[in-house]
Amino acid sequence: MSSHQDPSAPLQGAPSKNTERKLKNETRTQLISFILMIFITSMAFISIGSDAVPNGFAIPFILMLAGVQVVLQLYFFMHMNEKGTGWINVMIWSGLFVAALTVGALMFLIGEVKY
Amino acid sequence: MADHQAVEKQTLPPNPEKATLDGRNKYLGFWFFLGGETVLFGSLFGTYLGLRGGVVDGPGPADLFHLDLVFIMTMILLTSSLTSVFAVINMKRGNYKGLLMWMWATVALGIAFLGFEIYEFYEYYHAGLGFTTSAFASSFYTLVGTHGAHVAFGVAWITVLLIRYRNTGLTLTNAPKFNTAVLYWHFIDVVWVFIFTVVYLLGIGG
Repeated sequence: MSSHQDPSAPLQGAPSKNTERKLKNETRTQLISFILMIFITSMAFISIGSDAVPNGFAIPFILMLAGVQVVLQLYFFMHMNEKGTGWINVMIWSGLFVAALTVGALMFLIGEVKY
Repeated sequence: MADHQAVEKQTLPPNPEKATLDGRNKYLGFWFFLGGETVLFGSLFGTYLGLRGGVVDGPGPADLFHLDLVFIMTMILLTSSLTSVFAVINMKRGNYKGLLMWMWATVALGIAFLGFEIYEFYEYYHAGLGFTTSAFASSFYTLVGTHGAHVAFGVAWITVLLIRYRNTGLTLTNAPKFNTAVLYWHFIDVVWVFIFTVVYLLGIGG
């Protein structure tokens, strides 16, 4: 690789055999996680939509499904499972941590004061 | 050097979006931004969850929400996440046409989603849920509306990229830009997962 790269030059050439194989695997992984997400979403809708499932079970169940789906999105669709994503994991998890505290605190405070 | 044209061709690296320092910085910086966005939506969710019982005389969640409409919107957004994944895979293959095509598909699905959301808000407004009707109404419109504004911004962002780079081919400059826009798009989908669960399903189920 030359030390100077013109970033506006069109990229030429095909990916290496290794990259091509990796991309094929990735396509399959992504398709599987997409089908899983569709399945999870449908489960969540069915458990609320049908009368057969009691709400006492359905509510924790759909919250858990949401958690699973978000992890699938972050780690597969957004590639947080790859190497060299340490800082990225730190940022998003601290964001989620502060968000969870905020949700809990706001629910508690507003619930105490009751508008 | 206004008429300078790139003459030296570059070969395709395995990860064109992270091949330059500029690209790696964009990638890292954008995740910092997403961490902050998480907290923004966290505060809106907390407010909604605290206030959702305050319906006063207006309609409540169970009177308004329709599972079928929300299900369609969820599927549209999920599919648009997949099309943007395909766009990035085509980018790594060096298939610029494929990248553009899948990104346009993402834009089309995003517009369809926005159409449904506008229809939804229009229906709720006519069912008697104005922005100031109740605490539930204000917090609902703020939370779901902020998400909708993100979708609209994402659609505009990707459209601008697609028009700007319609015939440049894949370069080390635009690869990180497309990649960043796709990350933003996935984040919008992540937020929607919580919205359909916490707002719509919990609104109907309990």
